[in-house]
Amino acid sequence: MSNDLTRLTAAELAGLVSKGEASAVEVTQAHLDRITAVDDRVHAFLHVDTAGALAAARAVDERRAAGEKLGPLAGVPVAVKDVLTTKGVPTTVGSKILEGWRPPYDSTIVQRLRDAGTVMLGKTNMDEFAMGSSTEYSAYGTTHNPWDLSRIPGGSGGGSAAALAAYEAPLAIGSDTGGSIRQPGAVTGTVGAKPTYGGTSRYGLVAFSSSLDTPGPCARTVLDAALLHEAIGGHDPRDSTSIPAPVPDVVAAAKLGATGDLTGVKLGVVREFAGEGAEPGVTAAFRDAVDTLTKLGAEIVEVSCPHFKYALPAYYLIAPSECSSNLARFDGVRFGLRVGDDGNRSLEEVMSLTREAGFGPEVKRRIMIGTYALSSGYYDAYYGQAQKVRTLITRDFTAAFEQVDALISPTTPFVAFPIGARTSDPYQMYLADLFTIPTNLYGGPGISVPCGLSEGLPVGLQIMAPTMADDRMYRVAAALESAVGTFTPPAL
Amino acid sequence: MTTTLPAYDEVVARFEPVIGLETHVELGTNTKMFCGCPTDFGGAPNTRVCPVCLGLPGSLPVANKAAIEATIRIGLALNCSIAEWCRFARKNYFYPDMPKNFQISQYDEPLCVDGYLDVEVNGETVRIGIERVHLEEDTGKTLHVGGATGRIHGATESLVDYNRAGIPLVEIVTKPVTGTGALAPEVARAYVTELRDVIRSLGVSDVRMEEGSLRCDVNTSLNLPGEEWGTRTETKNVNSLRSVERAVRSEMIRQASVLDAGGRITQETRHFHEDTGDTTPGRSKETATDYRYFPEPDLVPLAPDPTWVAELKAALPELPRLHRRRLQEQWGLSDLDMQSVLNAGAVELIEATVAAGATPAAARKWWLGELSRRANEAGVELADVGATPSQVAELQSLVDAGKLNDKLARTVLEGVVGGEGTPTEIMTNRNLEVVSDTGALTAAVDEAIAANPDIADKVRGGKTAAAGALVGAVMKTTRGQADAKTVRELILERLGVQG
Repeated sequence: MSNDLTRLTAAELAGLVSKGEASAVEVTQAHLDRITAVDDRVHAFLHVDTAGALAAARAVDERRAAGEKLGPLAGVPVAVKDVLTTKGVPTTVGSKILEGWRPPYDSTIVQRLRDAGTVMLGKTNMDEFAMGSSTEYSAYGTTHNPWDLSRIPGGSGGGSAAALAAYEAPLAIGSDTGGSIRQPGAVTGTVGAKPTYGGTSRYGLVAFSSSLDTPGPCARTVLDAALLHEAIGGHDPRDSTSIPAPVPDVVAAAKLGATGDLTGVKLGVVREFAGEGAEPGVTAAFRDAVDTLTKLGAEIVEVSCPHFKYALPAYYLIAPSECSSNLARFDGVRFGLRVGDDGNRSLEEVMSLTREAGFGPEVKRRIMIGTYALSSGYYDAYYGQAQKVRTLITRDFTAAFEQVDALISPTTPFVAFPIGARTSDPYQMYLADLFTIPTNLYGGPGISVPCGLSEGLPVGLQIMAPTMADDRMYRVAAALESAVGTFTPPAL
Repeated sequence: MTTTLPAYDEVVARFEPVIGLETHVELGTNTKMFCGCPTDFGGAPNTRVCPVCLGLPGSLPVANKAAIEATIRIGLALNCSIAEWCRFARKNYFYPDMPKNFQISQYDEPLCVDGYLDVEVNGETVRIGIERVHLEEDTGKTLHVGGATGRIHGATESLVDYNRAGIPLVEIVTKPVTGTGALAPEVARAYVTELRDVIRSLGVSDVRMEEGSLRCDVNTSLNLPGEEWGTRTETKNVNSLRSVERAVRSEMIRQASVLDAGGRITQETRHFHEDTGDTTPGRSKETATDYRYFPEPDLVPLAPDPTWVAELKAALPELPRLHRRRLQEQWGLSDLDMQSVLNAGAVELIEATVAAGATPAAARKWWLGELSRRANEAGVELADVGATPSQVAELQSLVDAGKLNDKLARTVLEGVVGGEGTPTEIMTNRNLEVVSDTGALTAAVDEAIAANPDIADKVRGGKTAAAGALVGAVMKTTRGQADAKTVRELILERLGVQG
């Protein structure tokens, strides 16, 4: 029975629980058992909250027994990226500098997950402070791709994506600053959606780059992602940048798309991303996906977004600049790691030693880049210029969406690469986010949905929509999914 | 190195001063700038804190509308333009009392710009230009313990209290003030005084320099006539109105002595010392940190609705200067008399006393007389002397009703200042009421007449002035609790003499 439960979708599990055909405790225990069985090889989790999960599951079962009407995801386990604060449960952001920190408060997303009756299994691995595309920059070891344990699961949210692909959880939360939900989704054969910036609350999301960070849903099916999106989305008065509007009806859009009919939908292929820079196998899978979408009734046109080629350099000025400021608070004074406080060293020395010991090399690299880009005399040339590029990229999107309903591209230029293959050259790692970064700079939504395999490894299709039109991408993604199916990795 | 400092008169005879003032005002909002924590003063350390004002990972700021409104009202009262669109900015530097290691402030897009404040010095109006008014968050407080001085040197531990972290702070920066010559120190003081009164009249802060809700940094430079402005210094730790004036004066004298000796002025922060009245160098601005300002990405831009701003402008209270002019007319005071009321810091106290029922003359008499004397003796501000306007009005009403004479009223006031209760309570408890029971008074009068037959005869013979001695005798037996005028009338009546 246990193994069966882990293979079900979130929608199916919620159905079983609400009908009393499985208890939330049984569902939770099945996933905890699966974690015990496989996570020593996958290493998706940094912390498993067995007691908390079972208590939450029991509460759901009690509510059901008391005759309460349960929500559409009640009793469904969810894995949470370790970037979101969880009250009393360790939150490390994949960094040594927060080792052992137990936040005194829940992030809004986690609070909403609790309100929805979902069961938090634990916290998933990630590149330190969400900076990376492989989880190799986690201070707590690399996560392994369930499709091939010698390969990376993508990043920064590789833990969440791997937990889904390894059937350790049916749902997971990620955060996407430059592709950290979508790229892991693509390389693990799962679905990852980055909502419109401001469509999901950042309160309690440990900041990397405030103007780009977007928490969002990860799942194995488009409908599950939409259900999770609906549960966590919507206005939050604790986040000034949160949009005061209802969540677009993503669940209805996913159901509409599942009918497999895209008649009347016009999709744009981004010319600049259509071939160059991507592996041949990825390009081939993408072309197949375009054919499939055409067969489903969509009209496909080519659209030019001439400034997208500047997105990567602009991103690598804006994100590090904001990070250099956001990460200043990690100084050993109030929480987390403190090094060198022996009574003889000055405050500056203790701060410096703490940060030296607590941050990994990629984080330090970005703090240095950002500090430089914001310095007096360089601001206009770097941060200021990057913001102008950001405006031009936004204009590219706006112009494109006057012609088409949504844009499509491969999610990432290459399939899961072997662990260690790109760590020696930061730029090779940065290229993983080449196609996902423009969406973050614009602030619109993007989703990655599995579209095929290349040499036995999953390839993702990215669908990008206008801001607050998240429903459009769900419709297209669900239609594609209805045609190509879901992808199951080899048994672990 | 000991140098003889030049006399102030010599300094201003040869140099022209340029001053500038940066004032920080803690707003009296109920909650902090970016979170819902209370702002009340005096809580146990770190009890007015939450994830936001502690800068915990993941927390986000949300701007306090009341603080924005207060800042706009200050800007309007200072004749500023209000920005139609502006942003907060991060000022990045590491310091343990700043939880995020950046301060949310405003940089090149302040909320209010380009205004002025007219102040009066020696009967002349001086217009002080206002460069900008912006909104930011306060830092926590660091306490250095284990050392002798309470300063970081010699301390064994440093403790941080974040209760103050995140309290809204308004910064008001003047344009450079030139052409004030020898009056520069007085102009500086008059400006801070007027600014304090304006902000107090808006009811947005209690603006108390002693408690730090009004803090002032003074920039000073000297130049030779016709030459470019000199290098400026920024003097901090200026904690009273008197210190503002003293700090400018002492810094002008010090700079002149440096320049006279052929030296150059270092651009630096200096600390004012209340006890000695001089300044000593702090950290040098020439090696100052690069604050790496950039727009705060966690907050949306501020775009105050012009209709709202117009409403706020229309609802501004009468400015203190105009208000004072109106009071002076109502009270019928000469410029000189009004000046002494101002110097005593008694305008609002007298106004409130009048509002509580006293005549302007009586209110002024108490506040400028007995109460000013007591405040001076105690070394406190008049407002802190221990008597309230309503108590003073009540005291005067007892005098007007004949229940207290002047001497008794002073005794009652002593009780009021000493916290014994209301004037009526003190009068009753201490049994200080004027003896008005005619029977008892007549007995005392008859006793005095009987004891002084010679004087009584003189009075009967028409020398009514001699009655004073009998009045004195009666006052003695009644321990001063009789009304002298009543006693005199009674004596004349008993002796059958027309008054």
